Amino acid sequence: MTSWFDHTINGLIIGNIYGLLAVGLALIFGVSRLINFAHGSVYVVGAYVGWVAVSVLHTPFPVTLALVVILAALLGIAIERFGIRPLAGAPRIAPLLATIGLSFVLDQTVQILFSPDPRSVPMQLPNWRLEIGGGSIGMLDLLIGGIGITAAGALFAFLKLTKWGWAVRATALDRDAARVVGVDVDQVNRIVFAIAAALGGVGGVLVGMYYNVITPTMGFEATLKGIVAEVVGGVGNVPGAIVGSLLLGIIESYGVALLGTSYRNLFAFLLLIAILVLRPNGLFASRHQLPPEPMTGTFIAPSKPIGLPVPLLAALAAFAIALPLLIDNGYLIQTLTNAWLYALLGLSLTLVAGTSGQVSLGHAALLAIGGYTSALLAADYGFPVWLTIIAGGLMAAGLGTLLVSPAFRLRGHYVSIATLGIGEIVALVILNWESVTHGPIGVAGIPPLEFFGRPLYDTNAIYWVAFAIMLALALLQVRLLSSHLGRTMRAVRDDDVAARSFGISLNRYKGLAFAFGGFVAGISGAFTAHMYSFINHETFNTHISVLALTIAILGGMGNVGGAILGAVALIGLPEVFRIAAEYRILLYGIALLLLVRFRPQGLLGTV
Amino acid sequence: MNAPVNASPITTAPLLEATGLVRRFGGVTAVGGIDLSVFEGELVSVIGPNGAGKTTAFNLISGLDKPDAGAIRFAGANIAGRSPEGIAAAGIARTFQHGRVFANLSIADNVLIGAHGRLRAVRPDWPIIGPLAELALALVRPASVRAEEATLRDEVSEILSLFGDRLLPRIDQPAHSLSYANRRRVEIARALAARPRLLLLDEPTAGMNPTETAEMLEIIASLKARGQTILLIEHKLDMVMRLSDRVIVLDDGRKIAEGKPQAVRTDPAVIEAYLGHGNIGAAAPAGNAATAAPTLPVTA
Repeated sequence: MTSWFDHTINGLIIGNIYGLLAVGLALIFGVSRLINFAHGSVYVVGAYVGWVAVSVLHTPFPVTLALVVILAALLGIAIERFGIRPLAGAPRIAPLLATIGLSFVLDQTVQILFSPDPRSVPMQLPNWRLEIGGGSIGMLDLLIGGIGITAAGALFAFLKLTKWGWAVRATALDRDAARVVGVDVDQVNRIVFAIAAALGGVGGVLVGMYYNVITPTMGFEATLKGIVAEVVGGVGNVPGAIVGSLLLGIIESYGVALLGTSYRNLFAFLLLIAILVLRPNGLFASRHQLPPEPMTGTFIAPSKPIGLPVPLLAALAAFAIALPLLIDNGYLIQTLTNAWLYALLGLSLTLVAGTSGQVSLGHAALLAIGGYTSALLAADYGFPVWLTIIAGGLMAAGLGTLLVSPAFRLRGHYVSIATLGIGEIVALVILNWESVTHGPIGVAGIPPLEFFGRPLYDTNAIYWVAFAIMLALALLQVRLLSSHLGRTMRAVRDDDVAARSFGISLNRYKGLAFAFGGFVAGISGAFTAHMYSFINHETFNTHISVLALTIAILGGMGNVGGAILGAVALIGLPEVFRIAAEYRILLYGIALLLLVRFRPQGLLGTV
Repeated sequence: MNAPVNASPITTAPLLEATGLVRRFGGVTAVGGIDLSVFEGELVSVIGPNGAGKTTAFNLISGLDKPDAGAIRFAGANIAGRSPEGIAAAGIARTFQHGRVFANLSIADNVLIGAHGRLRAVRPDWPIIGPLAELALALVRPASVRAEEATLRDEVSEILSLFGDRLLPRIDQPAHSLSYANRRRVEIARALAARPRLLLLDEPTAGMNPTETAEMLEIIASLKARGQTILLIEHKLDMVMRLSDRVIVLDDGRKIAEGKPQAVRTDPAVIEAYLGHGNIGAAAPAGNAATAAPTLPVTA
């Protein structure tokens, strides 16, 4: 049983670090009703500040910790001031998207400054271990536990005993009322972001020491784990977040002990979905609690969509078709082929998130389902490619809708969290289900695209096929939007309560939106797989999900032409200007931030 | 057909019959055992001070909220605790107190959503494959589907003409561009498009000026004249007195009076609920000074 003792200790330590993140998320949600996706980036910054302090400045541990606390807190204040506060009057989802943009910017900045290579943070503590029974506890374990308990105690004292602590709690209960009685709500926000960021930064440096490795990309996973812990404990519930974190740590630790390291995150996300479906208010919500405050998940800024005249659209389409004949630039044609494939993804998401109001953050999973279905059917079973691509679309439609159906009962931010979790689950299943998906090595030697039995290698031919598919599905989507389904989905988006009162079954129409959107995305993923000839579990990652959302917002939510324009702008332009890959993600982050702030209705307007 | 009140209620079952409705929020009892019935063709008004439980009762009837106790029978079936979409399908349509139009939809689309439950050609009632068939029919649009849509669009214009020139000229404008009063009208039009057996109107004239209120009164009177069964929440008492066959008065989650408008108006319990104890309400309008018993002041 010795190992179980070690696994429990390990789980509690990891849980402690999740707790440092989740408490901050809960505090921020309490005062701002915002799920802060940039929180993991603060943790990354904390880890790298720690690395600089230890490895470059050679500071002793207390000074390292103090530096991390101060710089992370300043970063938190900056995030609040420049990322969140300007969006105070915007729809609820706007600050959430802004924090996603911020996380891209921060993570990518760290990556550019420190290179993507992992670094080790030297441990600054004596490396002795205390033997207990058959297991042992190390100095670092005790320190992490101690810091966790101290931080929780200090936070408790702050919230219960100090004037600003009262102000924080008052703001969490009722922001407007707090403002009316003279609480400086902006100052409260600043304090909360500073505290949350400081805790997150400390979490980062401690995890660096614990695992002895830090990378610029570890922030996203940290955000997700913090969110899972927060949801388990009840969103916005600070003590609940601590319990949820410890629970998550222990469940992961036992799961790893039973099945292996690659299952760690699968347990976390299955826990997330289970909690969201069974107890969306968290484990500790009283049963008779009122339903959570309705959070409109839609990103709908009332606007007049810009109608482009049909002749202009026809001329643009004719130009796109003629382009390979007009110029001899294979690179540009390839880039535009990519843009058409992303346009399909944008069409899919603009229907789901824009028309139907279900802001999905796991949309890349639909590409993965389509891509893997088609690739495996063609490579391993020898089906003709045109058939497997259709099968990929249908599988993404069917399986995607089935997987996301537990989230149909959720609203607002919870939909985004759930789809994010479901997307991660799909990636992890692909990684772990080796007998079918080839696991981590991916699928190689995927047969090329074909056109009526003839393989397609020619760049121009691939371009035309991609464009034709995109155009056909775009026109089909336009037709869908002009039918009763279009108005029904938009009614669900605008006011689901009123929609239900007129006999609209939410499950049915959310399901149809995901089915149609899943088909479109699945076709895109399948086409991409055959074009690349190789895919693995990372080909369709979360960055692509966020990029899809940026495309949809840039074009105008629900806007078919906008999705195509957004894809050309975000995929085509960086290629044309030959922007290096790491700067490109930075650019996407900045684009998302600017859009949310200055043109939430997108270029062509919300439909 | 317009006088079911005079028909014997013992032999004719009411269209809607709620008994012993209870709804508590934490320690607060919003609705504490209300009985309420509406007969076919009747217009029943629910009045009462703010916080009396009127809207909560509406939410319970329309399924947005579930009662902690009590039964709701509609057209013979128990609908208590059913989903809102199930209750809509049973034939109840409602408007909302604060106006819940679909802001980004045009007036026409808003009203067409009201008719959603009546779509037949495009929503075949097939098990399991029904949703997929609906998707296919919406994309292919055979003649039957096109005809259904065209019929409904004609009907939308017809319903909107009920409001004169208030809505028809703006039929393609998004609802968020409308005035508050016009949004309330769109709500009523949307509810009418459902062709409900029972129409629940939650303060249809809230926020309207006297002219608009008078207009709304005419519209509701004409609906009643057509035989539409209506359950109305309203604060403007002269409207209630003029329209209602029967008035139910709620206070603090309980029914304190029920009866014909004139009877309710002179009921001491009602007057106390509205005007409070002592002499707060002593300054009754001059017009009522002649009547022997105190009467609820009626203002527009």
